[in-house]
Amino acid sequence: MLHTTGNYLTNKNTGNQVKMTELFFELLNYKFFSNALLASFFTSINCGIIGTYIVSRRLVFISGGITHASFGGIGIGYFFGFNPIISAVIFAVLSALGIEFLAKKADVREDSLIGIFWSFGMALGIIFIFLTPGYAPNLMGYLFGSLLTVTSFDISLMTALTIIVAGFFLLFYKVILFIAFDQEYAKTHKAPVQFITYILIGLVAVTIVLSIKIAGIILVISLLTIPQTIANLFTKNFKYIIYLSVIIAFFGAFSGLILSYSLNIPSGASIIMSLVCAFIIAKLFSILVTYIKISKSVLLLNKKI
Amino acid sequence: MNKIFEIKDLSAGYGDDIVLRDINLVVNDLDFIGIIGPNGGGKTTLLKVILGLIKPYRGTITFYNGRQQKKSENTIGYLPQINQIDLRFPISVTDVVLSGLMSKEGLFSRYSGKQRKHAEDLLKQLGIFELRNKPIGGLSGGQLQRVYLCRAIVSSPRLLMLDEPNTFVDSRFENDFHKILKDLNNKMAIIIVSHDVGTITWYVKTIACVNRNLHYHPTNIITQKQLASYNCPIQIITHGDVPHTVLEKHKL
Ligand SMILES: Nc1ncnc2c1ncn2[C@@H]1O[C@H](COP(=O)(O)OP(=O)(O)OP(=O)(O)O)[C@@H](O)[C@H]1O
Ligand SMILES: [Mg+2]
Repeated sequence: MLHTTGNYLTNKNTGNQVKMTELFFELLNYKFFSNALLASFFTSINCGIIGTYIVSRRLVFISGGITHASFGGIGIGYFFGFNPIISAVIFAVLSALGIEFLAKKADVREDSLIGIFWSFGMALGIIFIFLTPGYAPNLMGYLFGSLLTVTSFDISLMTALTIIVAGFFLLFYKVILFIAFDQEYAKTHKAPVQFITYILIGLVAVTIVLSIKIAGIILVISLLTIPQTIANLFTKNFKYIIYLSVIIAFFGAFSGLILSYSLNIPSGASIIMSLVCAFIIAKLFSILVTYIKISKSVLLLNKKI
Repeated sequence: MNKIFEIKDLSAGYGDDIVLRDINLVVNDLDFIGIIGPNGGGKTTLLKVILGLIKPYRGTITFYNGRQQKKSENTIGYLPQINQIDLRFPISVTDVVLSGLMSKEGLFSRYSGKQRKHAEDLLKQLGIFELRNKPIGGLSGGQLQRVYLCRAIVSSPRLLMLDEPNTFVDSRFENDFHKILKDLNNKMAIIIVSHDVGTITWYVKTIACVNRNLHYHPTNIITQKQLASYNCPIQIITHGDVPHTVLEKHKL
């Protein structure tokens, strides 16, 4: 079945348009496909919002650390026989709070701490997975993403996270923006800086783990950074970066989903491929726009003289 | 005159490095204090203690409520010295200025049209209105400094604290800047940190020398000799090309 539908997509004749829509509605009938679509939708919102916070505050490295640390949780889940996503969420949140707390209190440089948590989590995960008797099912899915095996349970987790993240940002947008911009100044206004920063790093951790199903541990960071980087080419406004990134992330996830399905490759890789293509096109476009602007003003200058 | 706050026998520092020892200081409404002192003397530390960013080791700092002051209101407007701020952060000039209203507003509410208008008026007054929608990364050092001044005064605080605000400012704006501060001083107390003793003595009312200790000098006229007796090893520099400072030199 996979291969016949694949032919639809690679078919480059004029009837292509009709067949694509046909295929789309046909696919919607399949539970796995509508699940994948829903998962892409909610993950795009989560990653669009949280990723903007990560990129603006330059938290990419700590996010990488949290991502890899969460592998420890996945290993524990396999070993003790419960849903690895649940233990990964717990493990990731604790690592995130641990890094944040120790960097403030223990007089260890934050990036060194991240390095420690990063490798510690990975090591723990590897140990537990090797200790788990028999074969670890779906392990590849956790590493490289497998959008087509998303379960209804995963989706309910993602939906809950979207409600929390979107609600939190809608309610506290101003405070979040000002604290992210200038913590010390926010403190002089007695803003709850610590509290908000801890909540946000916790949300970063949960968002990462719940996106692992889609992009995989190895690649999930790109879902939190590439859309924002593209958006940042066109706007320097925090709010608009969020909106644009959500749209771009959804575009990436959707085209990645189609690619993953038709070529039967891991969704993480196909999503990143489409996002990187989008980035290159956007960058070329923005270079072109600046070039036109510059030559226009040079033309004006020449006219004046 | 109503007291804004009083510092008593206060010591503060970082780790085991005691930077400020036995500080005493009273600041009243409409004061205009110039803080001078050598690099590393503890001027910035003192401001941070007043702001509550650094907990003192010993001693107290007591704030007194003004007459019409609501509890939630922000007492102090602050313009920091060096900004650890990330200039590539995606935020516009107007939003930075509005962030000065953070504590005046609840955590949830949006800014009213009146507040936006007020922020825009300030931007006009400081000659940076055209920059209002620019990201802060696209500003020069002096323009940025003006934005931070707007942020510091947008809440009409009772006390304005400026940590070396004139570092980037050109001499043309410096004159305007002094006028603006004088105007503001009709409505709020001001504490300004500066290395440029020759210039600040021209417009402050009193002087405090901070070099690990604090010596309060109740007028704005200070001589090199007095500075030395305060253990304040800095030079009064004359600015040959800025007329008002030369005048001040004659007065000394
Ligand atoms: N975050 C910090 N951690 C540790 N020590 C610090 C810190 N900030 C300042 N110090 C130390 O405290 C002392 C006073 O610093 P402070 O910044 O208050 O001086 P200052 O008078 O403002 O100097 P400047 O004129 O250079 O601005 C210095 O010796 C400095 O080394
Ligand atoms: Mg200083």
